[in-house]
Amino acid sequence: MTILNWLAKKQPPTRSKTEKLNIPGDVWSKCPTCSEVLFLKELEKNLSVCPKCNYHFRLSPEDRITYIFDKNSFEETHAAIEGIDFLNFEDTEKYKDRLKKAQAKTNHKDAIVTGTALLKKIPVNIGVMNFGFLGGSMGSVVGEKITRLIESGAENKNPVIIFTSSGGARMQEGIMSLMQMAKTSAALYRLEQAKVPYISVLCDPTTGGTSASFAMLGDLNIAEPDALISFAGPRVIEQTIRQKLPKGFQRSEFLLKHGMLDLVVDRKAMRQTLYTCISILGGQP
Amino acid sequence: MKSLEFEEPIVELTEKINQLRSLSGSEALDLDSEIAKAEKKADQLRKEIYTNLTPTQVIQISRHPNRPDSLSLANLIFEDFIEIHGDRQFGDDPSIICGLGKLKGQSIAIIGHQKGHDTKENIYRNFGMPNPEGYRKALRVMYLAEKFNMPIITFIDTPGAYPGLEAEERGQAEAIARNLREMISIRVPIITIVIGEGGSGGALGIGVANKVFMMEYSIYSVISPEGCASILFRDAKLASKAADNLKITAKDIEGLGIADGIIKEPFGGAHRDWKVTAETIKKTIVKELAAYKKRDTEQIVEERYAKFRQMGQFIEGK
Repeated sequence: MTILNWLAKKQPPTRSKTEKLNIPGDVWSKCPTCSEVLFLKELEKNLSVCPKCNYHFRLSPEDRITYIFDKNSFEETHAAIEGIDFLNFEDTEKYKDRLKKAQAKTNHKDAIVTGTALLKKIPVNIGVMNFGFLGGSMGSVVGEKITRLIESGAENKNPVIIFTSSGGARMQEGIMSLMQMAKTSAALYRLEQAKVPYISVLCDPTTGGTSASFAMLGDLNIAEPDALISFAGPRVIEQTIRQKLPKGFQRSEFLLKHGMLDLVVDRKAMRQTLYTCISILGGQP
Repeated sequence: MKSLEFEEPIVELTEKINQLRSLSGSEALDLDSEIAKAEKKADQLRKEIYTNLTPTQVIQISRHPNRPDSLSLANLIFEDFIEIHGDRQFGDDPSIICGLGKLKGQSIAIIGHQKGHDTKENIYRNFGMPNPEGYRKALRVMYLAEKFNMPIITFIDTPGAYPGLEAEERGQAEAIARNLREMISIRVPIITIVIGEGGSGGALGIGVANKVFMMEYSIYSVISPEGCASILFRDAKLASKAADNLKITAKDIEGLGIADGIIKEPFGGAHRDWKVTAETIKKTIVKELAAYKKRDTEQIVEERYAKFRQMGQFIEGK
């Protein structure tokens, strides 16, 4: 290895993609962007946002619901819908086994939790995606749960809020996962007809089939700071155009500048912002 | 014509037949029976090869450089076909063509991905990979079709929406998402035919139809087998394995309830005979549209919603 190569390899990591939150003892965590070592309890008190650099940690659905909605107001719906390996898909592992592992790891059946909750006493239909479950990918279960969530919002006149965190369509379900894009977007047309507000909250990351369907179709599109939001992944684009991408490309602030988002909102201000928007657009306590 | 790797045995035999023919002409030899035998063998060989195609071979046919393209098919199928341009917002995307035409007296709007047949054309058409303005042009034409009560025919043939820097800046995801939502609402019948490659969201962006047909050797997939192989199998060379797993051939897509039917191609693939291909497609379109003449608008919109609403496979416990 030449010294140049060695030096090149020494570049600081851009951002760790894994969520290695838990340093042994579950007491300390390290910020993946600024490397600050953080006391977990302090971090949680700060809504899992790094106090030093404002990095927004990825969240479990439970934490997100706790941070944003009224205490104990969440009631889960359709929790028992479960995926099946109808293509007998096998890559380095069987899809069947991947599903089982993800279920054991997250205690959820699939990559989204849906239900009703109160937002400062306003009843809302909420969907919270879980990146920890197979990269938050959308297969039949995610598509069906989102569709039901939206349909019930249209029926009950409950505003709909969906928090996305998803790499896109779930390849292990082949063409069926692609069709979930059409299915969820179709449901949103019905919601629009019913004149019920829909707010899409885009969290890190929101890419591929998720961004190219319900995530981009909010009456209001709101993002957490510095979230990766894209159709094609940065690596694919770099390979296609053979150029290095500019800094901040496909991050929330970039999308705001290019007219794709209404707001970029810090996690600490999210509850209040969502409440204000929903109450103005017509949610009723 | 460029031949595909698995067609080599046929090509060799065809060359031999041609040699025999030239001999028979020059030296007054009677080789007719020999030639006939060889021709019969070639036909048989082609039949054997084409009835046992692997998904990877089907992919090759679906991407064949001589496969009929949307513009050519539009010109062959519709009367008075006239191409129209532009999204009225940013530009005109040559990767998606739109046009108006007539079919048995009925006015029709046509939308299709457009690939080229050689390098120069392909560069102009961006290899059939649309930018956001392509999807916005398509949507503009769908609204136009709705306004004048014209059925919409879309041809799918794309590796996928373009993964480019400007495409992202101008909202590739938003453009596709909007089309998915709006297409479900369009108050005229929409018929989609996957004529070659149905690549992911870039394909679906003009594919939310009442009826979806696959050409016999077309494919439809959530991700290219190459892309899938490099992500899931961690090796781009395992594309054929990925293709087997993804279930992307016309038969598979029909079996999963996504396609409503398969349109037969001429013997040896659509690239062998554009006219026959166009005729067969035309017959399907005419038949389908006739059925929609008797149905009212609400039914047409409801049918499309119901079609996509039921897509998905899962189990539901208590």
